[in-house]
Amino acid sequence: MQISLTLNGKKITEEIADDLLLIDFVRNHGCYSVKRGCETSNCGLCTVFLDEKPVLSCSVLAARADGHKVDTLEGLQEEAEEFGSFIAGQGAEQCGFCNPGMIMNAIALFRENPDPSDDEIREYLAGNLCRCSGYEGQLRGIHDFLEYKRKGGAR
Amino acid sequence: MLKIKQYVKAESLEQAYELNQKKTNRIIGGMLWLKMSTAQIQTAIDLSGLGLDQIEETEDAWKIGCMVSLRDLELHEGLNELSCNMVRESVRSIVGVQFRNLATIGGSIFGRFGFSDVLTCFLALDTEVELYKGGIISLEEFAKMERDNDILVRVIVKKTPGKGSYQSHRNTKTDFPVLAVAADRYGDELKVAVGARPMKAVCLHIPAEQLDACTDLKKFAKELATQVPMGSNMRGSAAYRTHLAEVLIRRALEKITDGGEKNAD
Repeated sequence: MQISLTLNGKKITEEIADDLLLIDFVRNHGCYSVKRGCETSNCGLCTVFLDEKPVLSCSVLAARADGHKVDTLEGLQEEAEEFGSFIAGQGAEQCGFCNPGMIMNAIALFRENPDPSDDEIREYLAGNLCRCSGYEGQLRGIHDFLEYKRKGGAR
Repeated sequence: MLKIKQYVKAESLEQAYELNQKKTNRIIGGMLWLKMSTAQIQTAIDLSGLGLDQIEETEDAWKIGCMVSLRDLELHEGLNELSCNMVRESVRSIVGVQFRNLATIGGSIFGRFGFSDVLTCFLALDTEVELYKGGIISLEEFAKMERDNDILVRVIVKKTPGKGSYQSHRNTKTDFPVLAVAADRYGDELKVAVGARPMKAVCLHIPAEQLDACTDLKKFAKELATQVPMGSNMRGSAAYRTHLAEVLIRRALEKITDGGEKNAD
């Protein structure tokens, strides 16, 4: 079947297998930040934005994205780099495998709620699993980033 | 691994219904639970092009299209005001935001899964389902029916004023519940739905005057808990679930008798 979608701002029209998953579609287009982790729709590694909403690309048929807008970390470079530096500043990445999914979902959180409480942060990011850090490093990084934003983007 | 030979975005409910009559075809809903299976699907039927992802308000009800996501339910002010936040409370521990942006109310309710928080919550509310061929029936009746090839089009929650509370216990925050309880008092009736027993949720109907006359909520909750058949699985034994039911029912009734305050904890 043929689908047309906008991936990271670029319009793509392509013949695909009917059961191709969105994760495989975006990886076929060089978006290697999107990773396959748990295969049980639990870990958040494969998070992409579908029409600006964070979704698990391992659980969506690419066919369903036909006519829609898909964004991966590769398409959010500036926003991701700005926030990612605060995660790195806390050494919160460790192995780094969960990081792209965590950054994607954190960006979704900040867009929806620019000044979240700790409980709101924990609840929003509950679908992003990290097996290294215990999440404290990420939480500190988010605190630092929010403080930086409150000061108008000055360190 | 799930295999799909052909994908069809339905252009009408009639087309979807006709396709769905073939045993090897399947409506895919949010596709999250289906993806975990090893099903070989001839035709995957997608309802996402039929405008059923909206929550419509009428004078006496909220009509929730089957493709409305669990995240939309979580954020919907009208539904949460009506239900004393029961709806939000029932879905907010389901995996994560990304998951809830995909999972649909139609998939959750039609599946009548034993672990379902969503079914448990809506069973306690004054809820009906609209089936494409079967018409409008109560959710409780639907929950007892065997799965067939009809299509669940909408979930209808009547705007019956009441006081409610949703309680669940989980081994970890985003896991399936070990037990879930939804209690809602409206009119002269108290409804207590118990889910994740681990069988599918059931609903107790109690005259509200019994709650009004109750002087010992703990004892009252214990009596209700013993009326619910429980089973055992890796998350807990039947005896443990009966004990949990007593605790969760009591907590829910405390919220209701205390004015049905919002579930903040």
